Amino acid sequence: MGDDAGLMTVLLAMFAGAIRVSTPFLFVSLGEMLTEKSGRINLGLEGTLVFGAMSAYAISYHTGSPWLGVLVAGICGSGFGALHGYLCKLPKVNDIAIGIAMMLFGTGLAFFFGKPYIQPSAPRLPSISFGAWSDHPGIRQALEINPLFLLGIALAIFLWWALKNTRYGLIIRTTGDSAPAALALGINVNTVRLLSTMVGGFFAGIGGSFLSLYYPGSWTEGLSSGQGLMAVALVIFARWNPIYCFWAALLFGAAGALGPALQSIGISRGYHFFNAAPYILTLFIMIVSTSPRRSLKGAPGELSITK
Amino acid sequence: MADTTETPGLAVQSSLTGGLLDRFRRSSEFVVIPLLALIVSGILFSIFLLALGKSPVDFFALVWRGGFGTSFSWQNTLVRAAPLIFTALCVAIPARLGLVIIGGEGALVLGGFAAASIAIPMVGWAPAYLMLAVMAIAGMLAGGIWIGCVGALRHYRGVNETIASLLMFYIAVSILNFFVEGALRDPSDPNKPSTKPIGAENMIGVIPGTDVHWGLLVGVLLCGLLYLLMNRTTFGFAAQIAGGNLRAAQAQGLPVGKLMVISCAIAGACAGLAGFFEVAAIHGKANASLIAGYGFTGILVSFLARHNPLVIVPVAIFLGGIAASGGLVQRRMDLPDATVLVLQGLLFVMILVSETFYGRLPFFKSKGAA
Repeated sequence: MGDDAGLMTVLLAMFAGAIRVSTPFLFVSLGEMLTEKSGRINLGLEGTLVFGAMSAYAISYHTGSPWLGVLVAGICGSGFGALHGYLCKLPKVNDIAIGIAMMLFGTGLAFFFGKPYIQPSAPRLPSISFGAWSDHPGIRQALEINPLFLLGIALAIFLWWALKNTRYGLIIRTTGDSAPAALALGINVNTVRLLSTMVGGFFAGIGGSFLSLYYPGSWTEGLSSGQGLMAVALVIFARWNPIYCFWAALLFGAAGALGPALQSIGISRGYHFFNAAPYILTLFIMIVSTSPRRSLKGAPGELSITK
Repeated sequence: MADTTETPGLAVQSSLTGGLLDRFRRSSEFVVIPLLALIVSGILFSIFLLALGKSPVDFFALVWRGGFGTSFSWQNTLVRAAPLIFTALCVAIPARLGLVIIGGEGALVLGGFAAASIAIPMVGWAPAYLMLAVMAIAGMLAGGIWIGCVGALRHYRGVNETIASLLMFYIAVSILNFFVEGALRDPSDPNKPSTKPIGAENMIGVIPGTDVHWGLLVGVLLCGLLYLLMNRTTFGFAAQIAGGNLRAAQAQGLPVGKLMVISCAIAGACAGLAGFFEVAAIHGKANASLIAGYGFTGILVSFLARHNPLVIVPVAIFLGGIAASGGLVQRRMDLPDATVLVLQGLLFVMILVSETFYGRLPFFKSKGAA
């Protein structure tokens, strides 16, 4: 009986954790997915995420409107995306290396401007209660869902549909699969990639705003635990499919919540490996699903990391 | 745009036929362009400071004083430069093969952890030199195997080395935390979960007359050694060919896989050695302090040095100096400590952007090829 209650607690905590922790993963990975679909990789989304978190918190603090903060975080993110996209189109400039540099630059700027906002408390994003039907406080707490999570789901479905069925989706996919083919169709490859990186940066900025304005819900320098970097792995894990990105984000969130949940019922051994579970899983999947002779299934043909 | 179509073959020919001045002009490209990138980032950073109402002159003067002005600041700089040299080598050696390894921090963490944990049963009976030798070997082995795996995965399974090394950094951190907070935790230290200390009498000393530990000297020697390996041996030449054109290297019958795994293992061993020195000279035990970002700054060092082991030493000292001056800048100018990060990020971006100018500036063209 006691075991059942313990298991229940763990499952509930993982469920709640999956919903709470997955939102930034979801946004960043959707952004990264879009950028990679156009044939370019942006490793700098970690910097974008952190800067988004800082700017959202600052704006929310000054204006009192967290939603304005979310918007500004997105705009800042697309600014970083534009810089990345512009620099990568110069000949001989390596997109992976630029990404690492932009990560350093973005994080540096965020810490620089974020210093005055570590102490003050800014208005947070509200959440919607879906748990009123239950008497169980754990379930009620788990179902306090942030609108951004729902927005993320809608975005994932929209991107999945749009990439498949719209003209713009076709343009992005063509650019990502074969630049010569896109050129032959009269598509400006650099512009498509620039715009995709900008929109991707916009999403990553929003993901960052969730971190500072909802969960964990304050601005500190250790706010991000590498979600922006993990998103790159997550996109590979999700095979460049927006719907899979959603499931993968939930899985990464749940895996991250497993350690603390096990600790809460007294199992403390080995929880570090549960924290590392997403990375081990991604590495394992990359190992079994790639081969030196062909690239990953579903991977954009122009992508430098899968060539 | 016609400039970029120039073939390497032509360039070689012209440098053979061209005069000495001509050759000097071409090679000066590799000095002038990075210097220009440095200057441009300095100017951009000055504009950034001016926009915030701070004086860039004060800033650079303070960086100079905090990093290189006094013998105390020099020592502070050099202590920070030592691990950067090793972690930069971890990026530079695989870069010859065209691999971008960004997980040197993971090899550093594991190297430090392996060194500290192998020392635990030796405390008390083993003489210091034996213990340090065993620790160094353990650190190098741990780092070498770790990054060597990345190279093997790349060659035999086609797994992207950048992503794999990054994922393995996180795995390395959790391995460290698992043992440090579990089986190997020192129960007598209630504050920060750490392994048992290796003992003050077993720590590596400092270079006489300074506060700088021997790691710096080893790093400098290692840079020289690896420069010779990569530029003066068959191994280095083969690696260079494989980096330039993988297919051509394979067609020549070069053992590309072996080259890749060995280069990565050497690289990882360098980063592991950084971990060893951090443990044996600074912390005296393994704990989360090992994750100090040296592995990531090392990436910047290597790119700034254009992956040349000899240039890594001055660049590591340069960046170590900027980092060392952070505290002084923070106190005197009321700027946050992240100012240094902004400057580093800007430098990194500019140096990468400067890549685009190689072979495109008319001044550096020899007349024969232009």
